Amino acid sequence: MAATSLATLRSKLECDLRGRVAAPFTYRDRNAGDVVSIGIPEIDSFVGGLPRGALTEICGPPCSGRTSLLLSALASRTADGEVCALVDARDSFDPHTANAAGVALKQLLWVRCRNIDQALRATDLLIQGGGFGLVAVDLSDVPSQTVRYVPLNAWFRFRRAVEDTPTILVLLEQEANAKTCASLVLRLDARPARWSEAVPTHGEDFVGYPFARLLKGFAVHTEVVRSRMAPAMDPCLDHRFGARNASGKVKIFETRAMWSDFRG
Amino acid sequence: MAFACIHIRDFLVQSMVRAEPALVHCAIALISGVPPLWNVVAANPAAFQAGIQLGMTKSQVVEFCGVQIRQRCESQEKTAHAALLDVGWSISPRVEDTAPDTIVLDLDGLTLLFGSDENIAQQLERRLAAVGLVPRIAVASNIEVAIHAACGFSGITIVPAGEEFQRLSSLSVHILSAGPDVLEILERWGVDTLQALAALPVLQLSERLGQEGVRLHALARGACTRSLVLAPLVTRFEEEMELDDAVEELEPLSFLLGRLLDQLCTRLEARALAVHAVHVRFDLESSFENDLQLLKDDTRKKTATKRYAKTLALPVPMRDSKLLLKLLRLQLQADPPLAPIQKIMLAADSSAPRVVQSGLFVPYAPDPEKLELTIARLAKLVGDSNVGSPELLDTHRPENYRINRVLASGERAKNLSKTGVLPDTEQRCETRKPMAGFRAFRPSLPVTVELREEQPVRICLQGLHGDVLAASGPWRSSGDWWQEDAWDQDEWDVAIDFGASPGPRGQITNSWPQYGVYRVYCDAFRESWFVRGFYD
Repeated sequence: MAATSLATLRSKLECDLRGRVAAPFTYRDRNAGDVVSIGIPEIDSFVGGLPRGALTEICGPPCSGRTSLLLSALASRTADGEVCALVDARDSFDPHTANAAGVALKQLLWVRCRNIDQALRATDLLIQGGGFGLVAVDLSDVPSQTVRYVPLNAWFRFRRAVEDTPTILVLLEQEANAKTCASLVLRLDARPARWSEAVPTHGEDFVGYPFARLLKGFAVHTEVVRSRMAPAMDPCLDHRFGARNASGKVKIFETRAMWSDFRG
Repeated sequence: MAFACIHIRDFLVQSMVRAEPALVHCAIALISGVPPLWNVVAANPAAFQAGIQLGMTKSQVVEFCGVQIRQRCESQEKTAHAALLDVGWSISPRVEDTAPDTIVLDLDGLTLLFGSDENIAQQLERRLAAVGLVPRIAVASNIEVAIHAACGFSGITIVPAGEEFQRLSSLSVHILSAGPDVLEILERWGVDTLQALAALPVLQLSERLGQEGVRLHALARGACTRSLVLAPLVTRFEEEMELDDAVEELEPLSFLLGRLLDQLCTRLEARALAVHAVHVRFDLESSFENDLQLLKDDTRKKTATKRYAKTLALPVPMRDSKLLLKLLRLQLQADPPLAPIQKIMLAADSSAPRVVQSGLFVPYAPDPEKLELTIARLAKLVGDSNVGSPELLDTHRPENYRINRVLASGERAKNLSKTGVLPDTEQRCETRKPMAGFRAFRPSLPVTVELREEQPVRICLQGLHGDVLAASGPWRSSGDWWQEDAWDQDEWDVAIDFGASPGPRGQITNSWPQYGVYRVYCDAFRESWFVRGFYD
C-alpha cells in the first residue's frame, strides 16, 4: 500500500515538473565529465583529469610531489591559453622552476599572502572576479592544524562559487580538509630521489670534490581518496551519490629535474 | 552649406549648476571680486525675478531669501567650455570656438549621418543635456545668422536659406557684437531692432558710423559672410572642482570623484574615446602649523599649496565611470592624502576604445576591466608588490624575478600551429615527465652543515638533525661584484634523512618529512649556510 502511494506521489511530481525538470529523481552531478588534462598522462588516465567547476584537493606531506603536480596542471592550462591564478599562502612559489616546467608566467596571476586568512580572502576575490581557468590555493606550508580550523562552510562557499563555471579550483595542503566539498581528492607521497651515477672527477679543478652527480628526479605515488567524476578507469568503484571510495588505488609518476633536458 | 551655433545662456551659472546639479531649480547669484568687496557678476532668471541685480554686493544679496550665493569658479567654467567643445566635436570635426559660451559647427555633409538639420540640432541638445548644459541651438546657412539666432531665440531654431532677415528682424540690436558707444548712438536714434537697423540707408550709416556701421547693417540683414575659424582638437580631458569646505573622509570624496568621473566619461563617450590613464591631483588644506608660521613671519611669502598626486594607469582603455571610481577608491584607501582636500583635479589620457572580436574558440579568460578591479582589490589585501604576474630577469642571481601588474590573456594564438589546431595536451606530455617542483623559503633559513672532504654529510635545520644521503654540488654562482649587493654562493642539492639520525626532534617534527631533497647553499660573503628551499 505504502509502495503504491509512493509511486503515485512520484508520478504526480514528475507530471507536475514535466517541461521544467527533466528527471527530478535522477542524481545528476554538476559538470560531470567536464575534465581537463593535468598534464601527466599517467594521472590523466588514472583519475580522468581535473574537473571544471569543482574543488580538487591535492594533499600530502612536504616533499611529496604536490608542487610538481600543480606546476604540471598550470603548464597545461596556460598552454591552452587560459589565465590561471595562484594564491600562495606562504610565498613559496618559485617562478624559475615554474617557467622551466612550461608555465606561461604572463598568464599566471601570483598572489603572495602572509597568512591563511589573506589566502582565503584572496581566493574569494579571485573566484568572484571570474574568468580564471584554474585557481590554485597553495596551503602546503601552512600547518595542518591551522588549515583544519578553517570552517567547512568556507570550502562549501568556494565550491558553490565555482560551480557552473569553467574554473578549476585546486587546493594544496598537507591533509584533506574540504571533506565532501571536494570532487577529487588526491593524496601524494614521494619515493626517494633518483640520482645519477657518481662520476669520478680528476684534475686540479676538482680537488676536494672526488665525485660528481646530479639529481634526476623522484617518483610520486598518487592515491585517489575521493572522486566524483565519471568512472574512467575503474569500474569496480562504488558510485553511489556520485562519490567513490577509491582508497588503496595507487599510481606512480616520475618527475624530472630541471637540468635533465640538458643532460639528455 | 549649413552651420549650427550652440549658445549657452547664463554660461557662468550653468557651469556652476553642472558642478552642483542640486542647484538646478534654485535662484543662484554668482559673486566675484576681492574680499570683502564681493559683487554679483551673474545670476539666473529665477534670481533676477527675486530682485537680484548685477553689481550688487554680497551683503545686499544675503538679504534675499532663497537665493543661493556661490563664488564664481573659473576652473568650472573652463571644464564646462571643454565639455561644450567635446559635444561639438562629437557631431562635426569642424568646430569654431567662438566664445566661452558659444561654438559654431560646420554641418556640411552630416545629413547622411544624422538626418535633417533639425535631427542634428536635437542630437546636439541631447548630448549637451548629458554633460549638464542647457543650450540654445540655431541652424542657418550663414555663420553670423546662426550665432545671432542662437543668442536671440530659445530652444532650437532652424533658419531656412533666404529667410534670414525675416527671422532675425525682431531681435534687439544688443545681440550684435557692437561697442557700447555705437549701441548708445543707435539707442538715441530710436533703432532698437535689427529690422530698424536694416531699414537705414547704408551710405548715410557709413558716413555717421564708418565701416562699423556698414558691418552692423550687413549683420542686421543677415548678409554678412565669413569663413569658420577651426579650433584645434584637444585629446586631454580635465575636470576640476573647488570645494568651499575641505573634505576629509573618503566617502564624501567618493561622491565628488564619482560626479567628476561621470562627466569625464560622458565627454569621452561623446568623442568615442576611452581613458587609459587617470591623473588625480588634490590641493590639500594647509596645516595649522603652517598657518601659524605664516602669521608669525609676515615677510615670508605664502608657501606653495600642498599637493597630492596619483596616476591610475589602466591595462586596457575603458570608459566605465563606476569601475574607474572603484579603482580610484582602492588606490586612495591604500595611500590616502595626509590633509583635507580643498580642490580636486582629474585628467584623463584618452585613447581609442578597446575593440574585442569575440569568438567561439577564444580561451576562457577574465574580462580585462574586471581583472583590473580584482587585481586592485587583491593589492589592497596583500600589498601592491605582492600581486601580479612574475617575470624572470636576465640574470643568474637567485630570486631573479619581478612582479608585473599587467597580465596577458588570450595568448592561445602563440600556441597555435600553422594549421590553426592546438597541439594535443596529451601528446605534449607523453614524451616528457613533469618537472620536479621546488618550493622556496623566503627568506632562506639558516642551517648548520657538517662537511667531510668538502661535502655536506650532516645538517641541522631548526634543531632537527639529519644525515645527508646524497649530495650534488657545489654549483657555484657569483655576480655583480662591482655592486654592494654582490653574491657568491655554492649550492648543493642534498637528500636528507631526518629520521635516521639521533638528535633533538622538537615540535616542528610535523613540518618536515623524514626524508626530503633540499637545496642548501653556502654564502661566501656571510660565510654561512642556508636552505633555499626543497623539492616537492
